[in-house]
Amino acid sequence: MKKYLMMAQWSPYIAGALVGVLAILSVVVTTSVLHKAQYLGASTTYVRAAGIVEQVVEPEHVAQNAYFQKEKVKVDWQMMFVGGIFLGALAASLLGRTAKIEWAPPVWRERFGANPLIRAVGAFIGGFILLFGARLAGGCPSGHGLSGNMQLSVSSLLALVFFIVGALLTARQLYGSDGKGGL
Amino acid sequence: MELFLGLITGILFGFFLQKAEVLRFEKQVRFMLLKDLTIIKFMGTAVLVGMVGITALNQMGVIALSLKATNVAAIIMGGLLFGVGWAVAGFCPGTAVGALAEGRMHALWALLGMLFGAAAYAEAYPVLAKTVLTWGDYGKLTLPQVLGVSPWLIIAAFVAGMLLLFWQAERKGL
Repeated sequence: MKKYLMMAQWSPYIAGALVGVLAILSVVVTTSVLHKAQYLGASTTYVRAAGIVEQVVEPEHVAQNAYFQKEKVKVDWQMMFVGGIFLGALAASLLGRTAKIEWAPPVWRERFGANPLIRAVGAFIGGFILLFGARLAGGCPSGHGLSGNMQLSVSSLLALVFFIVGALLTARQLYGSDGKGGL
Repeated sequence: MELFLGLITGILFGFFLQKAEVLRFEKQVRFMLLKDLTIIKFMGTAVLVGMVGITALNQMGVIALSLKATNVAAIIMGGLLFGVGWAVAGFCPGTAVGALAEGRMHALWALLGMLFGAAAYAEAYPVLAKTVLTWGDYGKLTLPQVLGVSPWLIIAAFVAGMLLLFWQAERKGL
């Protein structure tokens, strides 16, 4: 057991199969304990977290917003799930000795240089667009990509196809087909 | 109990994501350039295992499905927007938190952008709810419903497709 926990990496097939089992167990356990099936997902947490932050400044504005009313601004199962991802990844990276401080990743550096400020701007803009898009589409690669497709949902298959189309076209523009710089 | 279950599930999910290396910017962007299919191997296997269990348990009446509306216009526009942002950030909402945990500090800016993006969506929602979100809304649909076949036929086709893809990926060293 210890040997496996300390390995730097696992086969993606093994890790993927374990996530499949985890997703099934989560639905079964939450159905019996909470009487509500909790499927894995992440993007709604950012809405609730934004609401919690905004409440500090303008509580009335948050109370009146239809989307915050719909998604309920509170700490819930999914927010703890997203927080748990941090702890789990931290433990895995420390055990496997794969944690590394990095301000600009290698592929990015080759194309846009090592300046952490330029990477920060890119990451911020990307994060902004992707979360807006995820909420419009109704989910992200966790909620739609994993959970929705496990349920053979039409909306999730459609969403995953367009996630990938958008990403492939954009990556090709940004990095070129050789990964060394595009248009 | 709800919060405790969420935390435990998240810790395990984060552990598996990290060990599979799918948190990494490189893995995500190199997938988009079709040079490394780790993400597809990981997601494909997870969905494969999950769909068998979820379908069986649902047919036995043990669990209920939780489907999202098939509002076609919103999914296409939102999906494409997500893809654009995903390629620029190199992270998605689930992996960015884990990437930060393994020291990839630039995930912090992506997380900050996501919070602002979420706040912006909340502001835009009243308008979107009356427009885009109503365009081509077919409600909650499953593939077996639409195609009029057994879910097991769709699962069999998916399994065959994924195995073929995995075999090709391994053969070409992707």
